[in-house]
Amino acid sequence: MRNLRTRHVLSALALFALFAGLTLQAAHPVGAQPKGTIKIASQSPLSGGQAALGEGIKLGAQLAVEKMKGNLEKMGYKVEFVPFDDQAKPDVGVANAKNIIADKDIMAVIGHLNSGVAIPSSEVYKEVGVVMISPANTNPVVTDRGYPNVDRVCGRDDVQGKVGAEFAHGTMKIKSAYIVHDKTQYGQSIAEFFKADSEAKGVKVLGFEGTEEKSNFDSILTPIKAKNPDVIYFGGIYDQGAPFFKQAREKGIKSKFMGPDGMDSSDLTKIAGKAVVGMNYTSAAGPASALPKAKAFVDEYKKKFGKNPEPYAAEAYDAATIAIKAIEETAKKGKVAREDVATAVRKAKLSGITGDIAFNANGDRLKAQYFVLTVESDDPAKWGDNKIVKQLTIAPPEPKK
Amino acid sequence: MDLELLLGIFPQVLIDGITLGFMYALIALGYTMVYGVLEFINFAHSEIFIVGAFVGVELLLGMKASGWLDALPWVVVLLLILAAGMAVSGVLAVIVERTAYRPLRHAPRLIPLISAIGVSFFLQDLIRLVESLWRNSFNLVYPTMDALNTRFELSSTIDVSMKSLVVILAALLMLWGLYSLVNKTKIGKAIRAVAEDQPAASLMGINVNRIISLTFLIGGAMGGGAGVLFGVQYSLINPYTGFIPGLKAFTAAVLGGIGNIPGAMLGGLVLGLLESFAASYLSLLTGGAFGAEYKDIFAFSILILILIFRPKGLLGEVVRERA
Repeated sequence: MRNLRTRHVLSALALFALFAGLTLQAAHPVGAQPKGTIKIASQSPLSGGQAALGEGIKLGAQLAVEKMKGNLEKMGYKVEFVPFDDQAKPDVGVANAKNIIADKDIMAVIGHLNSGVAIPSSEVYKEVGVVMISPANTNPVVTDRGYPNVDRVCGRDDVQGKVGAEFAHGTMKIKSAYIVHDKTQYGQSIAEFFKADSEAKGVKVLGFEGTEEKSNFDSILTPIKAKNPDVIYFGGIYDQGAPFFKQAREKGIKSKFMGPDGMDSSDLTKIAGKAVVGMNYTSAAGPASALPKAKAFVDEYKKKFGKNPEPYAAEAYDAATIAIKAIEETAKKGKVAREDVATAVRKAKLSGITGDIAFNANGDRLKAQYFVLTVESDDPAKWGDNKIVKQLTIAPPEPKK
Repeated sequence: MDLELLLGIFPQVLIDGITLGFMYALIALGYTMVYGVLEFINFAHSEIFIVGAFVGVELLLGMKASGWLDALPWVVVLLLILAAGMAVSGVLAVIVERTAYRPLRHAPRLIPLISAIGVSFFLQDLIRLVESLWRNSFNLVYPTMDALNTRFELSSTIDVSMKSLVVILAALLMLWGLYSLVNKTKIGKAIRAVAEDQPAASLMGINVNRIISLTFLIGGAMGGGAGVLFGVQYSLINPYTGFIPGLKAFTAAVLGGIGNIPGAMLGGLVLGLLESFAASYLSLLTGGAFGAEYKDIFAFSILILILIFRPKGLLGEVVRERA
């Protein structure tokens, strides 16, 4: 009985606190005041199997916000960085997006990692016109919808697939390929681009297979072993690709391995070890060593967070820098409104650590860089030393009207 | 259609299917034993299974750090991690029973079921919390033991890995041990008596609560052992890895006739083989129209068919109807 009463008192207290909080917030609508709070959000997987890359995006953006917020603070604004965890799941990303648009102080979103999450989430951002600058979403659909509030500082999968196929055919001299993908919007579409471009060059595609399996690849690998392709291409992310490649080697498959930028994380070698040494992968985000002004960024990142930046951390840094500069520009004209920030971002020009950034009419980066890299060592700490075997700067395809 | 290819991979697919099937069989035992005694589905069993895998990987990583992994012969290492995984999972299953199921023993059937699902979520996130704090990582990888990666090449398309042999052998030993325990010992007789009729068993001087705890201990230990073997075989685990194999093993238990121990073994093997053949052959036979991703649909369609014609499962008849 006593227990019950305590519980009643507790819930009454909780309710009271909730209402008190609500009324307080209603009494001070911070965003509406001339000098209020400006928030910049990030959305990326901070938990789960892809957290290594997702955390890199968060920390890169956080570093930029902390470094660049000075000007806005001088103008009298309070600047905050709010990270969200989308768990690499579309439903979680969309739920977070709804919270983001409900918080009127959030002026820009840096994210996501997964195109399959970014696409539905950006439908939500579009409702209120809050800008999303993506450091990592390479799927063509992200910008092909022509939304005024969606931009990206990385490359596109249709180009990346072509770069991969050209390298496989031209440099690796492969005659046959077996393609496996993870059935996500990102993985399947890059695999399809790779397939189409390889076939166009006369490479024989021996199989094209999708799987959501995460641990047991035995039964997929058996036919691959029998067909013995020159190269196995995995369109997906490292947390699935790594055990796949590891089990392939353990099964005695001798084919070469290849993958897209989803493989670009030190966790690939952490999981797969020696199996992936010598593997080639394409990327729309080069290692920090290849970036012109990255050394200072790498040092600062290491000093602050005690680890090497993962791929896309530098892209997230640039994306957040663009966001802050755009907000500054709108703030100078008086009121900071979401649509105006989005317009300013589209017009932005930045000489960032990943090179010169400007956007075309659809929000694609005008000059995006593409890399082909080779895994050099099975030590995850040396992921940043992976050798660049090819580096290209390619403009996105003309936006369709 | 390349007949040579289809036939060439057949033995390999068979071996993979058997390995997977024994894994399912070991997990399925936990479901089926608990069902046999309490008539309720212990949905937390998939987490008890993966806890075994985590105990194994932690022990291995610890041994690797201290250099024991290279110093000890691999058989000893394997036996050690198996024993540790089985012990922890078994004890955990007993604790779960004591705290989450026993207080609800006389509640309506749905209540302990909900409690089981709750325990499942709780354990998933507990593992995740502990591993994040302790190792700051989500995915854990079983350190490679070179002896286990030896392969015996039988032909260009077929080879058997040491791992598969170890998994099959260990599973067979565990299944044989369980079978003799249940059928040939006094304890086994007591378990069967409790499954048959609890009040009558207790009138015969059997401590029903202790037997139920024992059932959970044995089922949990089998699950934990399966977890370690799963880790050794497929190497990558995370806190949510247990869910899908758990679900499949539950299906296997139903397929074989839930409550029936040989049925669980048979069901596991059938499901493992079906899955393996579907994944390897579907895309070859249909010219890519149906890929490996349809393996579960294929396996579960067969399950539905079997259950339509044999609603009590493959070996369901052996279980006596209870009042």
